[in-house]
Amino acid sequence: MTALPRLETTPSACPACAVVPSAQRLAAMSVAAGGRIMLSLPGVHCAACISTVEGGLASLPGVRSARVNLTLRRVSVDAEPAVLTETLILALNLLGYEAHELDAGLLSATETDRQGRDLLMRLGVAGFSMMNVMLLSVAVWSGAEDATRDMFHWISAAIAIPTVIFAGQPFFRSAWTALKAGRLGMDVPISLAIILASSISLYETTKGGHHAYFDAAVMLTFFLLAGRYLDHRTRAVARSAAEELAALEVPRAIVLRDGTEQVLPVSGVSVGDLVLVRPGGRMPVDGIVTEGSSEVDRSLLTGESLPVYAGPGTVISAGEVNLTGLLTLRVSAAGKDSSLHRMADLVAVAESAKTRYTSLADRAARLYSPGVHLLSFGAFAAWMWITGGDIRFAINISAAVLIITCPCALGLAVPAVVTAASGKLFRKGLLIKHGTALERLAEVDTVVFDKTGTLTLGMPEPTNLQDHPVEVRAVAVALARASSHPLAMALAAAGGGAAGVSGIVEVPGYGIEGQWRGRRVRLGRAGWTGAEPLDVTATYLSLGAASHAFTFADRLRPGAEAAVQALAAQGKKVLLISGDAEGAVRDLAQRLGITGWTAGALPAEKAAAVAQLSAQGHRVLMVGDGLNDTAALAAAHVSISPASALDAARVASDIVLLGQDMAPIGDATRIAAQATRRIKENFAISILYNVVAVPVALVGLATPLAAALAMSLSSITVSLNALRLK
Amino acid sequence: MTILGILIPVSLFLGGIGLAAFFWSLKNRQYEDPQGDASRILTKDWDDRPKP
Repeated sequence: MTALPRLETTPSACPACAVVPSAQRLAAMSVAAGGRIMLSLPGVHCAACISTVEGGLASLPGVRSARVNLTLRRVSVDAEPAVLTETLILALNLLGYEAHELDAGLLSATETDRQGRDLLMRLGVAGFSMMNVMLLSVAVWSGAEDATRDMFHWISAAIAIPTVIFAGQPFFRSAWTALKAGRLGMDVPISLAIILASSISLYETTKGGHHAYFDAAVMLTFFLLAGRYLDHRTRAVARSAAEELAALEVPRAIVLRDGTEQVLPVSGVSVGDLVLVRPGGRMPVDGIVTEGSSEVDRSLLTGESLPVYAGPGTVISAGEVNLTGLLTLRVSAAGKDSSLHRMADLVAVAESAKTRYTSLADRAARLYSPGVHLLSFGAFAAWMWITGGDIRFAINISAAVLIITCPCALGLAVPAVVTAASGKLFRKGLLIKHGTALERLAEVDTVVFDKTGTLTLGMPEPTNLQDHPVEVRAVAVALARASSHPLAMALAAAGGGAAGVSGIVEVPGYGIEGQWRGRRVRLGRAGWTGAEPLDVTATYLSLGAASHAFTFADRLRPGAEAAVQALAAQGKKVLLISGDAEGAVRDLAQRLGITGWTAGALPAEKAAAVAQLSAQGHRVLMVGDGLNDTAALAAAHVSISPASALDAARVASDIVLLGQDMAPIGDATRIAAQATRRIKENFAISILYNVVAVPVALVGLATPLAAALAMSLSSITVSLNALRLK
Repeated sequence: MTILGILIPVSLFLGGIGLAAFFWSLKNRQYEDPQGDASRILTKDWDDRPKP
């Protein structure tokens, strides 16, 4: 955008020549703006990863450049518009890195970015002037007198006053909003201390007094800004990554109108329309099947891992996935009225019922703020009375009290610990979305897991292949290769060699049929192949008269066992509540050693179960991914969802698991408990400093040196204590 | 003590240079990816020739 005016003002021998490159440059710029793709890479961690990812992406056709940001674990790719995000994700998977798409449009919202740089700049200014003022103060403390002291005070004032006015603005602004709302936040005593210290010092300097608190005022600003900046960075990292894990699908529907197929956004579909859903597609609306037969996967809605048959007359809900055959639906509800949106309403209800949690810092500030003001005004009044109206002395004392009690350590105690802890968890692949999530996680005593998509990956694995004769297996594999049904694909991938089966046809909704050695063979649903249905996920092969059942179990998410064991070892109660069939849930519970399990739970029942546990006084951590878990996620004390979860579930949860591995959950509860302990220790340290220093200030013995010592010592101990987190 | 008249302005000026350098680095977005920059210095990709 800046290119155009610059070109116009450049003197050129041939004015027309300048127009051409400018047009070219503008065109190039508009492409570049449209071709930026952001991907989240939870797995990058080292220098070699940067080279691998950047080199691998740059070698793809159409990619202009790629740059990894290791701090935020993401890569920004500059590519031609024709390059698809899926291609990049696939290429990264081949390199061994998981990748998720991020919405670049939302990420470029630079408001938080600007705020962060603003804070950093103020911090830099405060740091610069703190160093200079401190050097001058050291001279005064070591005994500079008379004219020299006055000169040093004046120079300090010249540095400190502009700094305080510029760098203290974040505190003044939030103190003003707090006062206008009639509250006493943490920032009111901070601002009061900074302003009082600066103005009393300026007054003392003009009178040639002994004590000036310029160093204290600047140091206060610096330490508190450091806390504020840490706090901002933790929140900015979490917010940018969690909010923008983009929904990959744009809701569109293929509508049959006047005999032609039209692709419309879901909002353009009305009740009574005929909608076509291809195999592999997600149902865009609620409806009733009018034509075709297929199987549908309801796992995201209900948690059932077994696909369900769908033929004419079957009721379909939005969000289900069509697996094998083409279906035509007559729309019964679309958009706001669809079952997907009714679920969202359920979440809203659960969230409003969620009790508002007050963080440790807020609770501390609530006690601290009035106390400090009372103490300072008390000291002022007492010394007025003792000295018989010496205002200058009384104000000096009350300023000293404000400076000494000022929550340097308090303002650093929480941000330093939270930054250290969330940095540690981020490196393990956990993203803390909510400010108080860590504290809430530390209180958890019961963990509720969802099954499909959370403890398991929703990818079936054959379990009894070895029980079947080689011949039977070969026939099954040959038939399975012809279908894109998840069970068939799992069988084809795991089964080995295929037999020579001819004339293979897929019968949507039922299975696959073919001819083997002159006999008809079928692989598919129990009823269709003439087999006895089992109560676990299975597909059935009919070979002449005999039938063989191939059973499947959902593949465990890596680290699921480790997570469950770690949680149990920490003495937490682990429960499994799933919408799936009893057999599958029981098997999984036994495999993981979970004793408390419930099968066939409806979404509302899940939320009710969580609410009931909370009512009994338990603090519940809910881990889930599906739409059916969303209400329960919102109702729980704290919640975690994997990055592969539906976006509604991710929005409702406090913590997002970025990688596939689930083991970090065990670490997360441990680190959260440790972090809360550190926060409380830090509060204890600050209180200890105050208990020692406040009486000194009250009796009027606090020199600027004592104030500087107390402030820096307490801030440094608190920060070091935060770094002890393991 | 006249030396102070020289030393204090000099030290303030040197500090000011540091502050200006900090502003410059902030403006050049050098704090966007501290971890990445720390790792990038270790890569051997462009040791033999400069990055095109």
